[in-house]
Amino acid sequence: MHELGGAEAAHTAGGPETARLGIWLFLATEVLLFGGLFTAYTVFRMQDPALFHAGSLKLNRMLGAANTVVLICSSLTVALGLAAIREGKIRMLKVFLGLTLLLGAGFLGIKAIEYSEHFARREFPGTDLFFSLYFVMTALHAFHIAAGLAVFSGLLWLAAKGKFDAGYHTPVEVAGLYWHFVDVVWIYLFPLLYLIG
Amino acid sequence: MTPYPSDAVGVSRVAGRIDSVFLFIVVIALIFFFLTQGTLIWFAWRYRRRKGNEGESTPYITGNRLLETLWVVIPSALVLAIFAYGWIVFRDIRTAPAGAADINVVARQWLYEFRYSDGRSSINEVRVPLGKPVRFVLTSSDVLHGFYLPAFRIKQDIVPGRYTDLWVQPEKAGSFDIYCTQYCGTGHSTMRAKMIVMDAADYRRWVAGERKPDLAPPWMKGKGLVERYGCLGCHGVDGVDRIGPTFKGLYGRKVEMSDGSALIADESYFRESILDPTAKVVKGFDPVMPTYKGTLKEDEIAEIIAWLKTVK
Amino acid sequence: MADGISGASGTGRGYLAETGLRSWAFSLDHKRIGVMYLYTTMFFFLVGGLFAELLRLKLMTPGPGFVSDKTYNVFFTLHGALMIFLFIIPAIPSALGNFFIPMMVGAHDVAFPRLNLAGYWIFLAGIVVVIASLVRPMDTGWTFYTPYSAKSGAAVTLLSFGLFLVGMSSILTGLNFIITIHTQRAPGMTWSRMPLFIWGMYATSVIQVLATPVIGMTFILLAAERLFGVGFFDPAKGGDPLLFQHFFWFYSHPVVYVMILPAMGIISEIIPVFSRKPIFGYKAIAYSSMAIALAGFLVWGHHMFVSGMSSVAAVIFSLLTFSVAVPTGVKVFNWIATLYRGSISFESPMLYALMFIFLFIIGGLTGPFLGSLGTNVQLHDTYFVVAHFHYTMMGGTVMGWLAGLHYWFPKMTGRMLSEKLARRAAVLILIGFNVTFFTMFILGYKGMPRRWAEYPVQYQTMHIIATVGSWVLAAGIIVMVWNFTRSLYRGEAAPGNPWGALTLEWQTASPPPVENFEVIPTVTEWPYSFGRKGAGDA
Repeated sequence: MHELGGAEAAHTAGGPETARLGIWLFLATEVLLFGGLFTAYTVFRMQDPALFHAGSLKLNRMLGAANTVVLICSSLTVALGLAAIREGKIRMLKVFLGLTLLLGAGFLGIKAIEYSEHFARREFPGTDLFFSLYFVMTALHAFHIAAGLAVFSGLLWLAAKGKFDAGYHTPVEVAGLYWHFVDVVWIYLFPLLYLIG
Repeated sequence: MTPYPSDAVGVSRVAGRIDSVFLFIVVIALIFFFLTQGTLIWFAWRYRRRKGNEGESTPYITGNRLLETLWVVIPSALVLAIFAYGWIVFRDIRTAPAGAADINVVARQWLYEFRYSDGRSSINEVRVPLGKPVRFVLTSSDVLHGFYLPAFRIKQDIVPGRYTDLWVQPEKAGSFDIYCTQYCGTGHSTMRAKMIVMDAADYRRWVAGERKPDLAPPWMKGKGLVERYGCLGCHGVDGVDRIGPTFKGLYGRKVEMSDGSALIADESYFRESILDPTAKVVKGFDPVMPTYKGTLKEDEIAEIIAWLKTVK
Repeated sequence: MADGISGASGTGRGYLAETGLRSWAFSLDHKRIGVMYLYTTMFFFLVGGLFAELLRLKLMTPGPGFVSDKTYNVFFTLHGALMIFLFIIPAIPSALGNFFIPMMVGAHDVAFPRLNLAGYWIFLAGIVVVIASLVRPMDTGWTFYTPYSAKSGAAVTLLSFGLFLVGMSSILTGLNFIITIHTQRAPGMTWSRMPLFIWGMYATSVIQVLATPVIGMTFILLAAERLFGVGFFDPAKGGDPLLFQHFFWFYSHPVVYVMILPAMGIISEIIPVFSRKPIFGYKAIAYSSMAIALAGFLVWGHHMFVSGMSSVAAVIFSLLTFSVAVPTGVKVFNWIATLYRGSISFESPMLYALMFIFLFIIGGLTGPFLGSLGTNVQLHDTYFVVAHFHYTMMGGTVMGWLAGLHYWFPKMTGRMLSEKLARRAAVLILIGFNVTFFTMFILGYKGMPRRWAEYPVQYQTMHIIATVGSWVLAAGIIVMVWNFTRSLYRGEAAPGNPWGALTLEWQTASPPPVENFEVIPTVTEWPYSFGRKGAGDA
């Protein structure tokens, strides 16, 4: 961008390298954000392992496992979408973005079923430390999923407008990295919350 | 003019030690203060730009290995010395001597309640005998509070849900301020108490006058509670382990846990074992004790602990 | 120092040419965003200062004064919270950093201009929420310790949300700066040729990016505590009030380096320019910034020596704390050594820089009293701590900020400040500051606890002295603000490089053109080559 001049050109974003560096740094902040919760989890679980054992038995493992599969599939569709647009296949990108949106929404739907089961059994945040952690951690994670869905909807719209091609698809790549991160967080949450028993 | 509380000299051996650390750091700080500020002002004055020599060129100095090494090594050594000295004295501050008399303190917005081991209690005023070590066992029934004895140069935060402690061995009779130093709401600054240090004879007389015959000391109430809640079914007082370990001589003893760790059985451990029995299980026993969380009140727990201390 | 530089004339309105609200509110220009941050943070500096004056006024009398204890608690909470979160954290990074990082590395803008603008708007949104939360008196102290903050009748949940947004803005700004410094440097600007302000800002940004998420999470948990009673910090539910303090200080200790490192960077720029000498120990200064930033993450426990934390942890934290002292000392020694055999002139930026060193030395030398376990037990939560952090934060950061404002004012506005007014302000500030805060060291040593609305009568004399000092300090600030305001309209036109500095931001017009440089400069030398065969002896 050094050869650019003039007022408009002066304030444009950097290339894919810059964006990639940016998203990695952003993910580092996300690690620390969740890090606080994982610290709280460690402290309280060491204090009272029995409570966590009992709590995990009250979670719906079937739905949790189903959600794990759903999320891994969605990571796969994102990766396939990126591979497609790298070869310039815009139609395939749109298909895979659509699939990702469906899977993401499916995840939130299953999560909502789980929540309503808990509420029906009068298990709320504040019931005990385990359920407090369960709700805060999964809610924060679900919020990240929802934010990801918003981003992918935007990308789908841009893709429909033909903004991406084999040469330019940085936003897809960056959003993909974010999505994989959110997926990895779940990979940690699932055993820590559901599989202690 | 009213003296400052911290002007009291010779109130305790530990206070004198803390003053020595303070003085030690003052000396080091003053040396560096005059060294750095002196050079700063001297250079600024000596090398000021004078009229007529504005164009004069300055030497191209970008560093000096010897100087730079020295001003890393020397300060490092000095701060290590400060750290070490502070640490040694901190051990004195934190380690109460054996045989210190315990006084329980329950803080709440915005007062201190003192409970002596023989059942007396008082608000915002505590009397202690001269020359005897006293340990304050602190807890709060609402928010964080502080327990600061400025004359003795010591303080400790008071945390709800756990015990913290602080000890003194006053060497001077008189009345000393206790301040709350941890912000606790509207009345924070009016949360003050007095520690009155009395010589042995005065103290005995005062105790004799204060004690009400009908008032059972906490350990006695604790004994009643232990019998009522069936603790003795599993825990003996005769030195023989049953389903649970014996209470005999438990207080202050080193206990090995089933996870391999070890700890000294103190107030916090007792409290935890009553409220959350499976958190720490003594080696060789099964985690079968039920919790008394919600059954026993804070006062009752303190009374049981008072009794436990008497089982020797 | 650099080839291909042009347009250092000093006429024209540069980036300020366009006018109207929209030209500011939606500008992607890092300079305009920096200026918006500057006005916003300066506003809160004045508001925070007003609360400081109010609480000092209350403290003139030992008993209930002209306001209730409850109101006094609101005063010190707002003084602390506004000064920390809305002034001193963003003041140098977001305002001066935004304006000068791209210019000093020789770039047209930051790496992500849109993100930069978004960061400002998030900051503003956060401020709106914070102000909305103040409809109910906020009396938790700026540290929000649980369980009090979980129980207080104040709108802590709303405030948490506001500060979460402010923190998010801080993260985005830091992230942007790191990437900018990595990717936008002009050709020839190697890491070892970077100005020391950039090094300081780089270290700062690392802390902002890595520490701020933790306070964000802490605010989320505090809000969850109040909304749902999740109990993480509530002993009645098995939680731990000390966990909050650990989380809080894991952020709030490193963040004091977010405050001081940029100020140190500014001082490292000003001292060589006004001494006409290369900076002494460039590498030591640059690396010590990084060392301080990293060590800063390991020392949070020194705020908790008497909190009930284990003694073993206290010993470890005390030892680690002293590891910060050495790199900090190194910087001070380097600045003083830079003066040696220089040709020193005392324009206002240099005056404030020297005041910074003088006051910061006092702040620094009183640190070991608090880092040492033996004396910490005595001095913790007394006025000694208040004095110590005001010497480092106000004597340090604010003086560095003022030095930077006086130094860069000509560049930002195209106008020179009045030196006469600047000197008067500096003298008033120096006297007022020391009278106010040195007294507090003595107060603290004598046992006066902090955050007390009422106090025993023996402390009154010194409280009165401190209050009178704060009036002199306020008078200095008023003179300074008047100088800024007056010079903005009536100052002489500034040349491109009034101080003869060698860093890139001076090698273009004042005020700079929209694109900063007509042609991106190529850097051939480090920016402190004063004294070498006439180089930079302009």
